[in-house]
Amino acid sequence: MAFGILAAGAYIPRLRLQRKSIVDANRWFAPGLASLGKGERAMCNWDEDAITMAVEAARDATVGQDRRRIGTLYFASTTFPFLDRLNAGVVAEAISLSEELNALDIASSQRCGTSALIAALRGGTESLVVAAEHRRSRAASSVELTSGDGAAAFVIGAGKPVARLLGSAERTVDFVDHFRTADSVYDYQWEERWIRDAGYMTIVPPVIARCLAAAGVVPRDVTQFCMPAMVPRVVNAVAKAAEIPDAAVADNLHAVCGDTGAAHPLLLLVSALERAKLGDRILVVGFGQGADALLFECTGTLTATSGRLGSAGHLMRRREEKSYAKFLAFNDLIEIERGMRAETDKLTPLSSLWRNRDTVTGMIGGKCLVCGTIQFPITRICVNPNCDAVDSQEKHIFAEKIGRVNSFTADRLTYSPDPPACYGMVQFEGGGQWMMDFTDVDADQLVVGMRMRMMFRIKDVDNQRGFRRYFWKAAPVEATEGKF
Amino acid sequence: MPAGIRDKVAILGMGCSKFGERWDSDAADLMVEAYSEAIKDAGIETKQIEAAWLATAIEEQHVGKSAVPLATALRLPFIPVTRVENFCASGTEAFRGAVYAVASGAADIALALGVEKLKDTGYGGLPQRGRGTLNNMIWPNLSAPGLFAQLAAAYCTKHGVSREDLKRAMAHISVKSHDNAANNPKAHLRNRIALDTVLNAPMVAEPLGLYDCCGVSDGAACAIVTTPEIARAMGKTDIVSVKALQLSVSNGFEAQSNSWDGSYFHTTRIAAARAYEEAAIGKPRKEIDLVEVHDCFSVTELVTLEDLQLSAEGRAINDVLDGFYDADGIIPCQIDGGLKCFGHPIGASGLRMIYEMYLQILGRAGERQRKAPPRLGMTHNLGGFPHQNVCSVAIVGRYGD
Repeated sequence: MAFGILAAGAYIPRLRLQRKSIVDANRWFAPGLASLGKGERAMCNWDEDAITMAVEAARDATVGQDRRRIGTLYFASTTFPFLDRLNAGVVAEAISLSEELNALDIASSQRCGTSALIAALRGGTESLVVAAEHRRSRAASSVELTSGDGAAAFVIGAGKPVARLLGSAERTVDFVDHFRTADSVYDYQWEERWIRDAGYMTIVPPVIARCLAAAGVVPRDVTQFCMPAMVPRVVNAVAKAAEIPDAAVADNLHAVCGDTGAAHPLLLLVSALERAKLGDRILVVGFGQGADALLFECTGTLTATSGRLGSAGHLMRRREEKSYAKFLAFNDLIEIERGMRAETDKLTPLSSLWRNRDTVTGMIGGKCLVCGTIQFPITRICVNPNCDAVDSQEKHIFAEKIGRVNSFTADRLTYSPDPPACYGMVQFEGGGQWMMDFTDVDADQLVVGMRMRMMFRIKDVDNQRGFRRYFWKAAPVEATEGKF
Repeated sequence: MPAGIRDKVAILGMGCSKFGERWDSDAADLMVEAYSEAIKDAGIETKQIEAAWLATAIEEQHVGKSAVPLATALRLPFIPVTRVENFCASGTEAFRGAVYAVASGAADIALALGVEKLKDTGYGGLPQRGRGTLNNMIWPNLSAPGLFAQLAAAYCTKHGVSREDLKRAMAHISVKSHDNAANNPKAHLRNRIALDTVLNAPMVAEPLGLYDCCGVSDGAACAIVTTPEIARAMGKTDIVSVKALQLSVSNGFEAQSNSWDGSYFHTTRIAAARAYEEAAIGKPRKEIDLVEVHDCFSVTELVTLEDLQLSAEGRAINDVLDGFYDADGIIPCQIDGGLKCFGHPIGASGLRMIYEMYLQILGRAGERQRKAPPRLGMTHNLGGFPHQNVCSVAIVGRYGD
């Protein structure tokens, strides 16, 4: 049994903000941004963050697989919603990993994703590496235009790898091209030309050289070179310096997604693996306070499992968003009048959340062992009126089920950060139904019978205390079906 | 089947405040307004009341918890007073408490009063509020119109009805209620409206527009009940008695098991069937003369008419459009304007419906009085949402019929 990447998955939010809308709105103030106005960037829905995207990428990487085997979960991000609450712990419960899990949040650098991948590839238990980023940027900044939101995930272990690691190298130096502190929301960045010359061009090529030497591979044999860079065209210059063919430079998804920060090297790797042929050599570089370089050989093909979308599938699952105002509102960049209905206290009693974590975080319902009725949520007495058995239910996961819309509405009265609030009764295949929120759906799209899959999302944000609670929402399957 | 309460309890007096945006009144003022009318109608004194029930649902907006607010507002003489809450069906719950007290012999005269002071919220519609600790985590981000709107999608799918046909029938329902309320001086919304106004109104929760939703009002309603024997001894000759009083409460069947298709009210069907049995009514469409249903939304009224067996399944749209339920129709529905236009002060609504039946049966309904006073009237008071609710059905009529 060979060791390596056994499976890969990705997640890119459905909303794609048209860069033109950013440029047009800010032209009065920052006309220089016009040159960045082409294409689109992935943008989190109001109910998405690094945790929810990590959950989706992890699900994408593990479609149809037994997740209970996973012994270690690495979650890399520089935009964790919680500073002191294990973000990986939320992901683990949402996707029902074993509780005998070593779970780590890995943070604080744009290369924490590649560092997590290197750690996992050093061996040990089967592990899940997931990186997700909800990029934050000031209005009218270049980062607003070049960044995007997204996530990627890999299952690392022994088996039949789709890619195995040929070699890797790291270098750590305190090169501060930008920083964000515990007290700041946005990056503070130094001059781009200095970052290019003293940063990428000076730091990266020697690390690549060491990586290739360790693997015993010459630069011209690199078939795909994946390196995100905040400075345009620097990746081609680095390739040249490292003697990697320019044709090997992989598309950085700028036109269709934007740079997803710490997740981006991993997202580019998923994308590369989807295109790769057997034997291809894929070089991945993460840059930030030094650099990581990893060289992979493609040893298998990512299977087009039903339900798996990967990078290509998620890029096609898209809805153009032209409203820059919506982006500003979703990212707290403007203070909009939300009305008195928004003032409702969203306190989450943590003791209740803990007691009900299977229901709330795992969307685990019950199956009655006496009458077979499948139901959500799990309760002590079976819901079947002809059964009434007590304590008869075993856990039954609803999160991975497909349901059909039985009834629906698009509600303009209740407060929602993105009105109208769409919700309705979802009837699950195999039994059970629940009145639930919909997400990633347009009101005019709703019909009875529509197939829905569950997605882990932010349920409410508690503005008084900064807490956010999560639950599952139903999203149309049509948009996410496994065609890839 | 137990003997039930048919003809065991008589209504001695009733009262109802003016419903509406009562900027002039606290809940206590509204309670006194309804009570003053009822006690005068009953012809008794406060000290003769032996037990009382207070219905109020969103008490945090006005009186707070417990029965103390009622006892204090009316200066009740240290008698047993109970506060009940069962969503929007709270009013009928207070009535049930008082009726049961008299039927059991525990009290000779009992009082039920429902009140709601909603217009101190600061915005239109019902207050946005929490639903309980776990529910807050796993229920959708709902509003009442949004959950009742679900009926439309399921009903149209089940019966092969187009959205347009449904919208027309719903609009007829709302236009009819506005017409009826124009003749009701205590109603909140007394303006007549055009069908096109309803159809072209802003959307609240697809497919319910502004005029498919009932008013949110302040108000109170009150009933004083006793036994028919005591009523007669007090000189009452025209006596309205309770024929049936039933309540059915969802147990998760609709919300959790997919045996329920979302197009009807499971509880209403059960409560109605039990009520007809209790009142010995075999053919409701022939025997019921007048009905007040819980028309919180036009679609609720439409679906409920079938659940009460007044219209055949899938036929309510035709009956509505044919005028069967109009004020001059066969079984007028919401002859007082209903929740839609009389208004919906939650805790008061169930009692307001019974108030209208009482007036109509006694021929005291003024401009809106049915020419031939009804003999049997039914009220349907629903609380909660289609997929989990409490449903009260009451039938009142002439004592001795």
